[in-house]
Amino acid sequence: MNPISHVAIEAPAREKPRRQWLVYVVLGMVFGIVLVKSEVLSWFRIQEMFRFHAFHMYGIIGSALAVAAGSLAMLEHYRITALDGEPIGLPAKEMGRGYRYWIGGTIFGLGWALTGACPGPLFALIGSGVTVMSLAVVGAIAGTWLYGYLRPMLPH
Amino acid sequence: MEWEWVFQPWPWFVAGPIIGLFVPALLLAGNKPFGIASNLRHLCSAVAPGRVEFFRYDWRARGGWNLSFLCGIVLGAFVAVTWMGSADVAISARTREALTTLGLHDLTGMAPRELFGWPAVLTVKGFVSIVVGGVLVGFGAAYAGGCTSGHAITGLADRQLPSLLAVAGFFAGGLAATHWILPLVFLW
Repeated sequence: MNPISHVAIEAPAREKPRRQWLVYVVLGMVFGIVLVKSEVLSWFRIQEMFRFHAFHMYGIIGSALAVAAGSLAMLEHYRITALDGEPIGLPAKEMGRGYRYWIGGTIFGLGWALTGACPGPLFALIGSGVTVMSLAVVGAIAGTWLYGYLRPMLPH
Repeated sequence: MEWEWVFQPWPWFVAGPIIGLFVPALLLAGNKPFGIASNLRHLCSAVAPGRVEFFRYDWRARGGWNLSFLCGIVLGAFVAVTWMGSADVAISARTREALTTLGLHDLTGMAPRELFGWPAVLTVKGFVSIVVGGVLVGFGAAYAGGCTSGHAITGLADRQLPSLLAVAGFFAGGLAATHWILPLVFLW
């Protein structure tokens, strides 16, 4: 076998995952910056939202949703593929009996208001200097593990 | 200065659309669904899968991209508070009043120090806010199969009915914790 053709075939395969890794880190950084600059990661903003005292959080979630829905419609309409040519699609959430969504959702909501953070902001808060949130992250990982353990017994 | 806005808090009509663009950006980058809570599952799978079937999968292959995204979030938040200016959160006067009535004295910073400082962990209200809240976030997001990003933004934008149920739950739980549980916790 010719060793040169070997190199030519293997090189791109080795390089691709590394480059992708960086793309997601950079995208994550933009998200982290937005969470700080829009104050979405602030416990105070979440309190304000659940007390209906300001439009700020509703404006953010509402406009994010509108832009996301519009973008999805465009991607679908023009049949745009991912950069590597793969067809784009979001996994469908299975309805089942629906229990998991409203029960799980309500439990999540309790935690959202108590910590003042959903999972993204929970991690962003550590980066922003509220280091005690690392304990909340440990709690969230423990909570997820508990769900995995109890899953066969829970209604879905 | 033209760049002055960078150092000010960003209004909702700037931040919201940027957040919405993560849905198409991640799909274009590699057909990935925007949703942060999956990372908690990946972390369980990486750290302590045990004999739990829910965590027995190749977390590097399925979650590597999302864990990279998560590291980016932490870095980005650090960059933002370090180099992009920071001010006290400008919440409404009514909220300030309500929180003062609740029993908070210091309304500065991203989160109140009376609840989210290291010494607060050993108080009832601090422990409930940090640790109990964290466990509920993790358990609830895993049970519901998504969090704010996965259901309220990605799922609703994709017109998935289960996500609407989940988001209704998010708000029901949030209202209950804000108006019923928090006042009780502050009695200690």
